Amino acid sequence: MMLSIFVLKICRECFYEVFEEEIHQVIVQNRLFKSGERVAIGASGGKDSTVLAYVLSELNRRHNYGLDLFLLSIDEGITGYRDDSLETVKRNEVQYGLPLQIVSYKDLYGWTMDDIVKMIGLKNNCTFCGVFRRQVIAFPLHSKHSLFTQKFIIPIIFCFMPSSLIDFLKALDRGATLLKVDKLVTGHNADDIAETVLLNILRGDIARLSRCTSITTGEDGPIPRCKPFKYTYEKEIVMYAYFKKLDYFSTECIYSPNAYRGFAREFIKDLERLRPRAILDIIKSGEDFRIATTTKMPEQGTCERCGYISSQKWCKACVLLEGLNRGLPKMGIGRPRGNGNGDNKHTEAGSTAKSIESKQCGSLDF
Amino acid sequence: MQLTLEFGGGLELLCDSIKIHKVNINLPNESDILTMKDLLSWVRTNLIKERPEMFMKGDTVRPGVLVLVNDCDWELSGQLDTTLEDKDVIVFISTLHGG
Repeated sequence: MMLSIFVLKICRECFYEVFEEEIHQVIVQNRLFKSGERVAIGASGGKDSTVLAYVLSELNRRHNYGLDLFLLSIDEGITGYRDDSLETVKRNEVQYGLPLQIVSYKDLYGWTMDDIVKMIGLKNNCTFCGVFRRQVIAFPLHSKHSLFTQKFIIPIIFCFMPSSLIDFLKALDRGATLLKVDKLVTGHNADDIAETVLLNILRGDIARLSRCTSITTGEDGPIPRCKPFKYTYEKEIVMYAYFKKLDYFSTECIYSPNAYRGFAREFIKDLERLRPRAILDIIKSGEDFRIATTTKMPEQGTCERCGYISSQKWCKACVLLEGLNRGLPKMGIGRPRGNGNGDNKHTEAGSTAKSIESKQCGSLDF
Repeated sequence: MQLTLEFGGGLELLCDSIKIHKVNINLPNESDILTMKDLLSWVRTNLIKERPEMFMKGDTVRPGVLVLVNDCDWELSGQLDTTLEDKDVIVFISTLHGG
């Protein structure tokens, strides 16, 4: 006998059925996929991505979604954490019969997270990791060539070469991960999204707040991403993995204890204990947010350096990389001016309220 | 009372990296029943070798730790008031890590 969140007593077999059927309904009602799509499953070896890989490949078979599925793992270069969890994904590749592609920060950006942390210390690690992660598929030649080179020089050179030589050069270019991908699927669950809503409210980041509850994001960018577990509680996922005896890796990233998200997580967990529905309700509130039309929102353009989507002149990944390569680890972190330690205090009396209102969206830092 | 305790989701790291513990627990003095509340207190004293705050908060498990008694969610059997019997299997799984 097991629990579902809404005080429904069900047996194990019914739990599997209900769980799988709910995910199927979320996929169908939100039209997450089209037949024939090549879909990358973001796989870290953790509980959410393991269950995602298992359930998605099962539903793909059972309901004939017609998807070409594979596992995509990112090696951020975190010793004692990522190297172990990647072993789990390699086992998943065998267990679920899904081919695996691994992409590393070292190859793409020239920096591992361990290198980055050595340079910047133990604060703001997640900022670097999160930004670099999101651009991993979208812009393979990120760190190597300027936009001009990519768009003009390289194609011209390639015009004059035999295709066999081109293929050989492309394979050599470590940055050119030739992943043909139509969509990326991740295992973000209801708890994660509720935490993100809370984080964005606490930071005053209304641009992110308006996007973070969407079940599909990045449709106007290189690769759309979707989250079939948006309404699925973390607890259900863990129960499913436990009873189905799915193989997953369960250690916290060694750099995460210092992350701000930890506070949001504690709070959400305490709330869940008092009123389990609170998690779905927070997501609903996030979805229902409306922003006044008089508010200035950042506009989405493209990065001058690499062409990725960006609301600033340079995208965040370029800014961070530039900072790392120039030995200026604070570049792109915290407020653009002031005493440089992310401090929010103002020296002039009475200017605080005005300053907060005129601050650019998403730039309140702690 | 003989019980089998299982720790998962990273909690095993708090008990010398041993996932399964077969234990023998004495009933509390004035009583002839053992509740989950008694068991938790026993576990904290005898099995948790480091960072007890990752396992418990106050009298109960830390929010984010799932508890199963004989494969049944303890929320169905009364949480801390759940009574235990000989040869029961209790599983503690932490959900507090990356996915």
